[in-house]
Amino acid sequence: MKTLVTNPVLIKELKLRFRNLKSFTGILFYLIAMSIFVFGFIFLATSLTGSGFFRPDESFMLFSIMTYIQLGLILFITPALTAGTVSSEREKQTLNILLTTSQTSFQIIFGKMTSSIAFLLLMIVSGLPIYSLVFLYGGVSPSQLFFIFLFYLLTLLAIASIGVMLSTLIRKTIVAIIATYGAMIFMAGVTAFFLLISIQVSQMGSGAPSMSPMAHFWATINPPAVMLTLLQPPMQDQLQSLTMVPIPLWVGYTIFYLLLSVACIFLAVKKLRVNMNKYK
Amino acid sequence: MIETIGLTKKYGSFYALQDLNLVVEDSTVFGFVGANGAGKSTTFSILATLLQPTAGDAFINGISVTKNPQEVRRQIGYMPDFFGVYDQLKTEEYLDFYGASYGIKPKERAVLIPKLLELVNLEHKRYDYVDLLSRGMKQRLCLARALIHDPNILILDEPASGLDPRARVEMRDILRELKAMGKTILISSHILPELAEMCDSIGVIDNGKLIAQGSVHDIQAQLQSEKVLRVKVAGDTQAIIPFFEMDPFVSQIEDQREKNVIQFFYRGTEEEQMRLLQRAIEQKIPILSFAEEETDLEDVFMAITKGVEIG
Repeated sequence: MKTLVTNPVLIKELKLRFRNLKSFTGILFYLIAMSIFVFGFIFLATSLTGSGFFRPDESFMLFSIMTYIQLGLILFITPALTAGTVSSEREKQTLNILLTTSQTSFQIIFGKMTSSIAFLLLMIVSGLPIYSLVFLYGGVSPSQLFFIFLFYLLTLLAIASIGVMLSTLIRKTIVAIIATYGAMIFMAGVTAFFLLISIQVSQMGSGAPSMSPMAHFWATINPPAVMLTLLQPPMQDQLQSLTMVPIPLWVGYTIFYLLLSVACIFLAVKKLRVNMNKYK
Repeated sequence: MIETIGLTKKYGSFYALQDLNLVVEDSTVFGFVGANGAGKSTTFSILATLLQPTAGDAFINGISVTKNPQEVRRQIGYMPDFFGVYDQLKTEEYLDFYGASYGIKPKERAVLIPKLLELVNLEHKRYDYVDLLSRGMKQRLCLARALIHDPNILILDEPASGLDPRARVEMRDILRELKAMGKTILISSHILPELAEMCDSIGVIDNGKLIAQGSVHDIQAQLQSEKVLRVKVAGDTQAIIPFFEMDPFVSQIEDQREKNVIQFFYRGTEEEQMRLLQRAIEQKIPILSFAEEETDLEDVFMAITKGVEIG
């Protein structure tokens, strides 16, 4: 914990980020957009029923939509915040000096990544009061909200790791950002497509579902699918009846993305500096 | 001490650096001279552990840059030829960040930073944003940054490049002060006379090869075969030119008639030079002065890189 607090790169990055007006305007616009959506939804729901009441099932629907919007936000913003962390230092010609200090490569990568994650967490946490409006109307348990936030944290970590790794491997920031968005599209879109294909393939012939580990795998690494099972636990049983694999999606999701994060961070740390002894 | 043994860097079939053997003794200033692309920055990058050599090794205080780069980083202060600064970071915070990066404790940093800012004459800019400083101030700040962990070896790649004359003089004064503090300094510059003033020895690099190494005077002495003689006479220079043209060791006579001076390259030994003077006196040439022209480092560099083989 002391290393975390005294990490010079982390402190410097946080200082620079929170001195930047763009950071605060970003959070402001995010909160304005969320507020407009939540109050608009409540207004529409109450005016359409004409009763002035907001039912718990509507409250849950609002919670679900907000949760997906926030996931979209994470998938959309994290690459932009992380994919330039190392490459922008290279472009600004500050990286070489940083690399000649006695900080380890892990300290540098960790500091860079943590500062980006901290900002995103601040953004998510700042939206909590608006999020909490759903508790006024019932239909959502605090534990469900807690697990959703753990899911966000893991997803953030995974995307941030991919972003930092690509930023280390690719020299130009713009290319690194595009590559990270490509990875996001694969995570959220291509895996969903493969999931549908795999289910169709498994149902070919008899028409009855047969065991399909591939379909289960694609569902496991697809964030919107896992989010759906967290919001609607019965969806987990339905998916299980299609793929015949009895492992909850969140288990595979946690293992896969933790391993992916570790692998990405490891690669970024390895590739940040040249291996001076490679030719020997 | 800095030492390189057979240091080589190859990109495909192109040698950026070829078999560089260099020794910089403790508490000395070594000037690295060479045209753009000669291999100076490549050498410095390897010494700063930023570039992996293709062959050979370099040692900083006896520590191998290839085997123990982390320890080497603690021993050196490196200033690259091109560098950027962070936006929205104040001068004091800039140094504080690098101090922390070298593991210096906050209390020590608080004492150290004002001293360093005083050394580089930036104490009045302590609370200014670094991206708003002038080029010369940024260069000095970068030097202060390189000194933050008190390294005894400084690797300075063109520290005076792009500076106006005043900033250059200020930078030179700071370097003199560092020399007086006993730092071992490896410095490159294309402003050659500046190096001559402060360097104990120089190395000339061309096309990735070290073609001359030694003290400034040694290297100039090795150029004796190309020394320039300057003869001032009382009267017209036209009349004496045929006499000097007859000497087999004289070439490229330059007539500076308005000053009554002729200047030429002389390839003979000191004894032959003495006999030339005796003959001139015997011929009653009215010589007022007969002297060897001082060769500055610029001339040495130009001569060497034109292909004159040296020791």
